[in-house]
Amino acid sequence: MREPLEPAVDASQDTAQLARAAVEAAWRADSRRVLATLIRLLGDFDLAEEALGEAFATALESWPREGVPRNPRAWLVSTGRFRALDTLRRRRHFDALAARLVERVEAEPDEHEDVELADDRLRLIFTCCHPALAPEARVALTLREVCGLTTEELARSFLSSAPTVAQRIVRAKAHIREARLPYRVPSRAELPARLDAVLQVIYLAFNEGYSASTGASLTRAALSGEAIRLGRLLVELLPEPEAQGLLALMLLHDARRAARATPEGDLILIEDQDRSLWNAAQIAEGGALVERAIATRRFGAYTLQAAIAAVHAEAPSAAATDWEELVALYDLLLRALPTPVVELNRAMALAMRDGPAAGLAPIDALLARGELRDYHLAHAARADLCRRLGRATEARASYERALGLARQEPERRFLERRLRELSN
Amino acid sequence: MKYLCLAYGDRAKMSKLSKSEFEALVARCKVHDAELQKSGHYVSAQSLEWDVTTIRARDGKTVVTDGPFVETRETVGGLVVIEARDLNEAIRIASLHPAAHLGEQLGWGIEIRPIADGCHQ
Repeated sequence: MREPLEPAVDASQDTAQLARAAVEAAWRADSRRVLATLIRLLGDFDLAEEALGEAFATALESWPREGVPRNPRAWLVSTGRFRALDTLRRRRHFDALAARLVERVEAEPDEHEDVELADDRLRLIFTCCHPALAPEARVALTLREVCGLTTEELARSFLSSAPTVAQRIVRAKAHIREARLPYRVPSRAELPARLDAVLQVIYLAFNEGYSASTGASLTRAALSGEAIRLGRLLVELLPEPEAQGLLALMLLHDARRAARATPEGDLILIEDQDRSLWNAAQIAEGGALVERAIATRRFGAYTLQAAIAAVHAEAPSAAATDWEELVALYDLLLRALPTPVVELNRAMALAMRDGPAAGLAPIDALLARGELRDYHLAHAARADLCRRLGRATEARASYERALGLARQEPERRFLERRLRELSN
Repeated sequence: MKYLCLAYGDRAKMSKLSKSEFEALVARCKVHDAELQKSGHYVSAQSLEWDVTTIRARDGKTVVTDGPFVETRETVGGLVVIEARDLNEAIRIASLHPAAHLGEQLGWGIEIRPIADGCHQ
């Protein structure tokens, strides 16, 4: 038999390499969850972030030498807590906050490595989305602490500067500390309102990424993916109907991403989109979530909007869209969310079901009330109905109003194209 | 990502410290340095003397002056380079520096600048 060619030392190098890979894998899979638990145990965001860093630095030293622990997540929590306690004891002589925290942490029992750790990410989500924080701060804080995005990535996504975003996050954390915002999942009684604030944050992040059409659009598009991940996490931790509804809504909109613009960035209306480009798996997942949410009979505006998106997404062609069903869904949505924009959308569904004249009357009534006078899409909708009724002069006037109000370049190009078509 | 933390201080105020006050400050800085080195965020740290010399081009010639490039009461007294995940982590780490706590009495403050990856305009 031949001697093995590899010297023994390489075997241990392999082990070391595997251990380092395990640390990296643990960072990707568990760092946010470990952070969420450390915030609960240590009672402070910054101290928890420091402890998280120390826990991973220690893992990088110890795992290659002593092997990967059986329960890496529990090991990281326990190590982070121990390191933080050590740091606090050293600092308490000159730091009032450290003195206060050290007592608190010492009072909490250490969670043994073998215990299945509670998932604290839901607490983290609710605290980051607390209504006492400024709305822009909620989004930034949630995406950084829960999803692990960096300040610089957030700045690029929200077309802001890193120091501005950083300051927002620092202020939010200071507010959490000073106002002693609770780190817990709200009670049943508070839940509907608090959940609504969480859903708003996720939907805002999604839309920020979804409406991205220029400049840094790739980084910004990644934000929609991040919002969907967050939506999935929320549904996993808290399977409330409206959380399912929001996830469905995002999946169904995102499913059409590849079809909604030309390579040059021009808008393609849903009736003209190539439906073979739609993501069928996402549509199926979104549709199933809508059904589950509806079945609870405790659904709200997100679920209804998702149901509307599902009707569009599941239609084999624009002509085969179930407008009857859509008008019925808009009627329900108008009760849950009585806004002029919903009224406008309902009018467009009505126009598709009963003809352009049936939609024009409610839009004219809306505009007469003055509510959507400065909303470009209301004028664009009116223009479209007039065009279909052959009332070219009125159509032109409304397209011009819309063009005067539209800000996004692709929308402006679309309206200009329509105006040119009218002149021919 | 690497961040440069420039600690600005007021020399006049520092010179008024008593020997024991100064020693207490140095002791605190040593604790901080040890923590920073252990944390895995340490890249380098230096304390600077207060003497400043500036070289600049003027009328096609290089001119040497004593004193800082920008005349202010506070001068850079220390520089620390740290490795951090993002700007907020850099802020958190820099906030642990004694200069971030002793600012009011001694005129200290810290400026954080991301270190560019290569040259930029």
